[in-house]
Amino acid sequence: MLEIRWHSRAGQGAVTGAKGLADVISTTGKDVQAFAFYGSAKRGAAMTAYNRVDDKPIMNHEKYMEPDYVFVIDPALVYTTDVTINAKENTVFIITTHMSREELVASQPKLEGKEVHTVDCIKIAQETIGRAIPNTPMLGAFMKISGMYEIEFFKDSMKRILAKLPQKIVDANMLAIQRAYDEVK
Amino acid sequence: MAFDKMELRDIEVWDGNFAAAQALRQCQIDVVSAYPITPSTPIVEGYAKFLADGYVEGEFVMVESEHAAMSGCIGASAAGGRVATATSSQGFALMVETLYQASGMRLPIVLNVVNRALAAPLNVNGDHSDMYLGRDSGWIQLDAYSPQEAYDLNFIAFRVAEDHDVRLPCMVHQDGFMTSHTAQGVHTMDDDTAYGFVGDFKPMNDMLDFEHPVTHGVQTEEDWHFEHKARQHNDLMTKVMPKIQAAFDDFEKLTGRKYNIVEKYDMDDADVAVVCMGTSVETAREVALEMREKGIKAGVVGLRVVRPFPFFEIQEALKDVKAIAALDRSSPNGAPGMLFNEIAGALFNTDTKALLSGYVYGLGGRDLTKKHLTDLYTELQANVDAGKVLTPLQQFIGVRGPKLAFL
Repeated sequence: MLEIRWHSRAGQGAVTGAKGLADVISTTGKDVQAFAFYGSAKRGAAMTAYNRVDDKPIMNHEKYMEPDYVFVIDPALVYTTDVTINAKENTVFIITTHMSREELVASQPKLEGKEVHTVDCIKIAQETIGRAIPNTPMLGAFMKISGMYEIEFFKDSMKRILAKLPQKIVDANMLAIQRAYDEVK
Repeated sequence: MAFDKMELRDIEVWDGNFAAAQALRQCQIDVVSAYPITPSTPIVEGYAKFLADGYVEGEFVMVESEHAAMSGCIGASAAGGRVATATSSQGFALMVETLYQASGMRLPIVLNVVNRALAAPLNVNGDHSDMYLGRDSGWIQLDAYSPQEAYDLNFIAFRVAEDHDVRLPCMVHQDGFMTSHTAQGVHTMDDDTAYGFVGDFKPMNDMLDFEHPVTHGVQTEEDWHFEHKARQHNDLMTKVMPKIQAAFDDFEKLTGRKYNIVEKYDMDDADVAVVCMGTSVETAREVALEMREKGIKAGVVGLRVVRPFPFFEIQEALKDVKAIAALDRSSPNGAPGMLFNEIAGALFNTDTKALLSGYVYGLGGRDLTKKHLTDLYTELQANVDAGKVLTPLQQFIGVRGPKLAFL
């Protein structure tokens, strides 16, 4: 079982990202689950979304999770929420930030001793898609760090999922995924 | 008017809401009369989009309340169409008056109920309060534990409800957010196969058949009211289960997916059993397997059909176990829980010596964790070892503050 927790703000596309990732993985024969914590949260409120992946049918519906990966797609959430909650020894963090890993860990000591990767998904999204929607670049970074799929297979799969969007936006997302894949440290 | 067919992949990643919306499209609903409410909104929204995009031949009626939504469904169904809608929680509560009208008028409407807590305090998350509120309303109630089942059970619902020997409305329940907003793999049917399973709608006593005028929604006082109600109850008690079983059998032949009136998991040699509904059934299945590795013979019983209550099937499922936990995801507000009561009633005149205890859990979407279920099974095994229930008969799981227990 592979488990992922997303930290996001409502409106930044974590749910869409989690569902998109689940869709891609499902095509490779694995069982998937993608969900989020909802409430009356409005746009901009901190929220979490989740992925589960397994080779056998997933029956667990508990919301509690000790994630293998934590994705943080808004840079401020590292300070305003506990992104390390319920983490395991070997949980891998991929965090959106303009800072270096060292600067980031110094600014949030809870990340000390953890496997932390950094990538500026906000900047990448702004420069490619033209809006601060950091969900697809995070998936590009995840492909690099996890080695889950070849990036070309992943991009082709995402093209199908994003097919309802205008071609220009789809192309920009592909650029964003590739840039995050190349730039994640 | 023609409509387009939709190409689906064999496995689509859908949440429970979209799975239900796709089922409504494939069943070619004539009329959806709806007033949206979280978390069921995407079901009727989905139907409306399919309609606007030319994938359905039907009509979407926007109304001013859930009471009006079900009233619209009643009118359309009495007129002679295939009718469905969806609601949750407060919307369901507002619908209640018309739910009794629908069942009393014997109209085969399908209502997707995405289960959500009832205010106050206001809460949009999933529990079974609304499902429990509807349990005396004369509807058939089917319960899905996953998006796949939310899809499948809609086809079962139309098949059973519209059968001329049944002619009763049917609710398809799924857990708010835990199913409705959780995307999972769903094995699909192609449009022709899906529609073929439910078939063309066959009207009965339809008001638009002007050659054979009929009256719907009459008044009967002391002279006839009881006979109508008794007949409705008779049909629920005697006619519905065989039709549901037949629909399950046909569905299995068509898709390979097998449903049972009461679902039993690892029950063949089980000493301790959890009885519950919704997504909790699947989580409990996973925990039961883990308990078996620890030497506790654990099993799970899930209600697939909530109403009519599967009295004999529950008797059969629980006849050999030594301890049973009834899990109610709705506040009984001054009584033992519904499942506790129904199970006690089903087992009372039998030879069983099983120890029965009740648990209230998960209100307002409170997480039911695997840890909770592990503790619960351990408690049941302790009851078995002691030969008596060591705890109060009613306990609360996962609520903060001092431990709550009664009876």
